[in-house]
Amino acid sequence: MFDRIRRSLSKRRGADDGSHRERGDNAGDAPSDGLRADGGTAAEPDSASLATRLRRSQFLESLPFWGPPGFLVLLFVYGAIGWNFVISLTGWEGLGQPNYSELSTEAYTTLLTDASFIAAFRNTIVLLLVFTVLSLIVGLVLAILVDRQIRFENTFRTIYLLPMSLSFVVTAIFWSWMYNPRIGLINESIRGVVGVIDSAVFWTTVELGFLTQAWLDDPRFKLAAIIFALMWQFSGYCMVVYLAGLRAIPSAQYEAARIDGASAVRVYRRVIIPQLGASTMSAAVVLMVFALKAFDFLFVLFGVNPGSSADILAVMMYRVAFDRLQWAYGSAVAMVLFVMALSVIGPYLYLQYRRGEL
Amino acid sequence: MSTESTTPRDDTSSRFDRIDRSRVALYAVLLGMVAFYLAPLESGFMTAFKTTDGFRATTPFAPPPAGEFTLGAWQLAFDRLSTGLVNSAMMAIPATILSAFFGSIAAYGLTNLSWRGQIGVLALFVAGVFIPYQAVLVPLTQFWSFVDLGTRIPLAFVDDYQGLINLSITHTAYGIPICTVLFRAYYATIDEEMIEAARLDGASAATIYRRIILPLSVPIFAVTLIYQFTQVWNDLLFAIVLVSDPSNRVVTVALNQLQGSFVQQYNLQMAGAFIAALPTLIVYVLFGEQFAKGVAGET
Repeated sequence: MFDRIRRSLSKRRGADDGSHRERGDNAGDAPSDGLRADGGTAAEPDSASLATRLRRSQFLESLPFWGPPGFLVLLFVYGAIGWNFVISLTGWEGLGQPNYSELSTEAYTTLLTDASFIAAFRNTIVLLLVFTVLSLIVGLVLAILVDRQIRFENTFRTIYLLPMSLSFVVTAIFWSWMYNPRIGLINESIRGVVGVIDSAVFWTTVELGFLTQAWLDDPRFKLAAIIFALMWQFSGYCMVVYLAGLRAIPSAQYEAARIDGASAVRVYRRVIIPQLGASTMSAAVVLMVFALKAFDFLFVLFGVNPGSSADILAVMMYRVAFDRLQWAYGSAVAMVLFVMALSVIGPYLYLQYRRGEL
Repeated sequence: MSTESTTPRDDTSSRFDRIDRSRVALYAVLLGMVAFYLAPLESGFMTAFKTTDGFRATTPFAPPPAGEFTLGAWQLAFDRLSTGLVNSAMMAIPATILSAFFGSIAAYGLTNLSWRGQIGVLALFVAGVFIPYQAVLVPLTQFWSFVDLGTRIPLAFVDDYQGLINLSITHTAYGIPICTVLFRAYYATIDEEMIEAARLDGASAATIYRRIILPLSVPIFAVTLIYQFTQVWNDLLFAIVLVSDPSNRVVTVALNQLQGSFVQQYNLQMAGAFIAALPTLIVYVLFGEQFAKGVAGET
């Protein structure tokens, strides 16, 4: 549904952008040729034309609307990030106040040799990639299944998206129970399946006990267990995004491919999935950015010390700043996170802008 | 009916068979996924009704056996979380309404009124959706300790609920970007000719917003309010950083502490998790469609 909106919006925006760039005039206004006469140099416009332009451009009229929320965003988001950067240069520690007179980049050089930072950085990347790819795949499969004219479609969709409405505190508690090594559902199910196999394969005893693990305690499985649980929570979101993408594809294309005698799998592989690029990209950006800031889930499970096998930058930042009171160092970790997020969303927003979809 | 078909009967019936079988497989997979998504909730729900012996002796998803059924876990969890529930509501409801309102006017100013450079301002709003909050945590604590509302505004209410007020304002500010994005997608579909006609009649931007835009905004307000309420209610990070006073603890923090102090008491933990999640679960069950739209609009 949103895709349709976006599409119609993109058309209009695209048109606007064109006029915007070639005229340097404001978008959306009816093209007036009155101003075209005063040439391309907007360096020194006389006051009359500036006034008309301001009036025509509705800048002043619109200011009371976006100004106050814009001020809050500027202060809390961009001001705070700038301040955070300055704090990261101060070397501030402990209970006192930061000293802004001596600034150095020492925190950042320390990061490069800090083993716990390197481990957290690596885990963050692993989480970001594996979690994103896994959620996208499961979400895509779900969307394709749900899109096959099923009955009770609403019910299925509602159930698949349900985990997304829960707090990470809640889901972390559910999963700590699921992963309980002795009586949790995961290991109980594995034991059940192993039991069935054992009794079926009667000529030999299959030793499959190794399949039950202390998923959240064993350094080998911690991160995988976290990724699996987060996939459980987010794949429904991917389904919603893909479903919107699928619904935007004209059904004539399915029909045409079907009449050509292509199998369902081929239709999806060759015709449908290639058209879901935009959905994949926007869902991937949201997932990756989430993976960068995933904190609540790990904090509830492990507190400030998930151990080097599951530590991620978001948790490390909190531990360093709010547990050890190394504020400047924590701010430096946060800046790394910010730059990572920026390197994901920067290109995305630029692409959206180029396609006229911002 | 196909006239060219040379092997009419056999072929069609086997095709129907195949379709039927693939439909059955489809529903089997769909139901399997239902089990996957509901298993943690279902086993949590069952566990919450069991005694300690009960959940140790039975499979997590099985209903409580005779004699092992209890509501004790729910009672204890509710006692522990009731203050948090009230605090969360006091914090989340104003923050949600304010963010939605700010998002609405910002989207109007950036979409239905046009001026040069608005794309740049809009980009700053959109980027705000994706900011990792870790990058603002330390300055935020500094900021709120400087502002220190409690001593600046000599009201008992402000003094008592300083942490919650700070948290509420913080959530309002960080909610504005996503609310703006949601409203903008909707406002871009509003017929421009209608607005233009009103403008030619001499209506000011404020009048147009009040008379035309706002009445049309009811559906998108529903989407935004529901989505944003869920986000604010569910947050833990801002709450643990900004609220230190135990009497101002929100429900996610209280639940985390409950989990930390009753480590092996899974029945208690599960009951607590459901109590803390109840408001968002109710909202989701009643307004799932709006929630899905909010989630999809984030992209």
